[in-house]
Amino acid sequence: MGKTIVEKILSAHTDTENFKIGDIIKARVDFTFANDITAPIALKYFKESGARQVFDKKRVGLIPDHFAPNKDIKSAEQCKLLKEFAQEYEIEHYFEIGKMGIEHALLPEKGLVLPGEVIVGADSHTDTSGALGAFAIGVGSTDFAAVIALGEIWLKVPPTIKFIYSGKLNKWVSGKDLILYTISKIGVDGANYKVMEFSGEVIKGLSMDNRFTICNMAIEAGAKTGIIEPDEITLKYLKGRAKRPYQIYKSDIDAHYEKIIEIDVSKIEPQVAFPHLPENAKPISKAKGIKIDQSIIGSCTNGRIEDLRIAAEILKGKQVHLEVRLIIIPATQDVYLQALREGLIDIFISSGAAVSTPTCGPCLGGYMGILAKGERAISTTNRNFVGRMGHPESEVYLASPALAAASAILGRIAGPEEVK
Amino acid sequence: MIIKGKVWKFKDNIDTDVIIPARYLNTSDPKELALHCMEDYDSEFVKKMNQGDIIVAGRNFGCGSSREHAPIALKAAGISCIIAPSFGRIFFRNAINIGLLIFESEEAAEQCSQGDILEIDSTQGIIKNLTKYKIYKTNLLPEFIQKVISLGGLRKYVKEELKRREKNV
Repeated sequence: MGKTIVEKILSAHTDTENFKIGDIIKARVDFTFANDITAPIALKYFKESGARQVFDKKRVGLIPDHFAPNKDIKSAEQCKLLKEFAQEYEIEHYFEIGKMGIEHALLPEKGLVLPGEVIVGADSHTDTSGALGAFAIGVGSTDFAAVIALGEIWLKVPPTIKFIYSGKLNKWVSGKDLILYTISKIGVDGANYKVMEFSGEVIKGLSMDNRFTICNMAIEAGAKTGIIEPDEITLKYLKGRAKRPYQIYKSDIDAHYEKIIEIDVSKIEPQVAFPHLPENAKPISKAKGIKIDQSIIGSCTNGRIEDLRIAAEILKGKQVHLEVRLIIIPATQDVYLQALREGLIDIFISSGAAVSTPTCGPCLGGYMGILAKGERAISTTNRNFVGRMGHPESEVYLASPALAAASAILGRIAGPEEVK
Repeated sequence: MIIKGKVWKFKDNIDTDVIIPARYLNTSDPKELALHCMEDYDSEFVKKMNQGDIIVAGRNFGCGSSREHAPIALKAAGISCIIAPSFGRIFFRNAINIGLLIFESEEAAEQCSQGDILEIDSTQGIIKNLTKYKIYKTNLLPEFIQKVISLGGLRKYVKEELKRREKNV
C-alpha cells in the first residue's frame, strides 16, 4: 500500500522500520524554535539537563515575538533570557527586535523551514509551516528543551484525514474562510491527534500566503499538524530563500487515509467565527450588523503581504469608523517594509488605522489592543476563546482581512461589498 | 501510586487560555501561575479546591495554545490528576512531560459528578469512584510514555539519554 506525505517524511527521519499508525517513534528534527513565552522554562530545563551544547547551533531559533517589543518589566526579563542564551550557546538564529517577526511568518520567509523536514516549535501554530510540505508540530517547553539537547523528539505516528477542495471560489473567499468553514464542519476536536492534509484543485490554485493561513489553523481542529503537498507555487516561493537543501515528498495515490472529506467551495461565503470557539463559523450573510469596537489585522494567521494588500484595497480612500480602533500589524519586518514600499501603510494611516511593529500582542491578549469589559472585536487572528483578547467578558469574532477591513469602516461586522 | 481526591467537573473544550490567561504568561513561576488557575472560568476555583483534588472534564481538555504554564498552574494549584475523554494533544504531551497525571476515560468522564470522591491507582490505570461504588479501567499508556512517567518526566529521560550518549562516544 502507498504512503501519505507524512508517513514518507517520518520514515526519512526515524530508525524505526515499518512503523504503523499509533506507534511511538523517535524522529530526527531539522529545525526547532521557541518564543519569549515558551523558551524561558525550556532554557532553564536545558541548562539543568547536563547538556553542554545544543544539538546544532544552525537548527535552533529563538524569537521574542509574543510580548515583544517588551511590554513590561517581567516580559523584558523573559526576552533577556533568550538573548543571553543565544549568546552563551552561539545560537545562529536569534532574532532581535527590528529584525524579528511573528515566528510562523518569519521562519518560512527566511527559508529556515523547508519541505520534507520535521519541524518542532514550542508554539501551537507551528503547523503553519506544513504549507511548505513539512511535518511541523507544536509542542511545549519541556519538549523543546529535550529537542535542543537531543536533536530528536518522541512522536505517536498520526493517522491522516484528507480534505479535497473543489469548485470555484466566490469573491472575497480566502484561505481563512476555507479553514474556518472546515473547522465548523468537523469541530474543534474534529482532527484531534491527527494530520489534516489539504488538497484538491482549489488548494493548488492558492498562493503561499493563503496556504499558510489554512495550515496555521489546523490546530484549531485539534490537529497534530496540517500539510499541503509542495508544487510549483511552493518551489517558486522557496527560490532564493531556502537555507538548506530539501526533499519533496508527495502522497501516493493509494495512500491510506482515515477519512476523506470533500468540500465544494462554490457554496462557501466569507466566514465569521462567533465567540467563543473557532468552530462557530457562520456565513457573513448571517453575521452582519454586529457592532464592533476594534478590528485587528495581523498575526501568524493573517499578517502577510497579501493580507495587507486586501485590507488596503478595501480601505483605500475610506475612513475607519469613528468609534472603531483598527490596528494593523504586519507579521514581519520584511512584510512591513514591502507594505511601506507598495504604499499600503500610507493607505492605512490615511484611513485612520494604527500600524504596529510586528508582535503577537493582541492575538493572545498580551498588549497592543486589549479589549475592555463588554467590548467586541473582529480579528484576523486564530482564537476567540473566553478572555483571549482581554477581559473575560469581551468578545472576538474571527474573520479574513477583507471582512476585518470592511467592518472597521462600517463599525459593524460587514462584507467588503457593503463598503460604498 | 494511589491518589485520592474530590472531583471538580468541567465542560468540553476547556482551553489553555482559560486554564491560565495569557496576561499572566510574563512569568513562569509555578506559585504565581497557580494563583490564577481557571480564573476566567471560576474566579474562586483556586480558593475552593483542596490539595489533591481531581479534575474530571469533557472532551478536548487543554485545547489551544502550547503554553506549558497550563499544566504547571494546575499542578502547582494542587490538582493531582485530570480525567477526560480526550485532551488537546499539546496539553497531553506537556502534562506527561511535567509529571501531571492524566487519564483518558469516556466512561469515568461521563459518570463522575461534582464532589464525588475518587481513588486512582495510577500504575494500573484504575479509577474507583468511592461515592458511586463504580470502577473504571483506562487504557495503559504506550511503553515509552510509561518509561518517561516512571522516570518522573521527560527531563529525567533527557538526562539519562545524554549520559548514555556520552558513554557511547
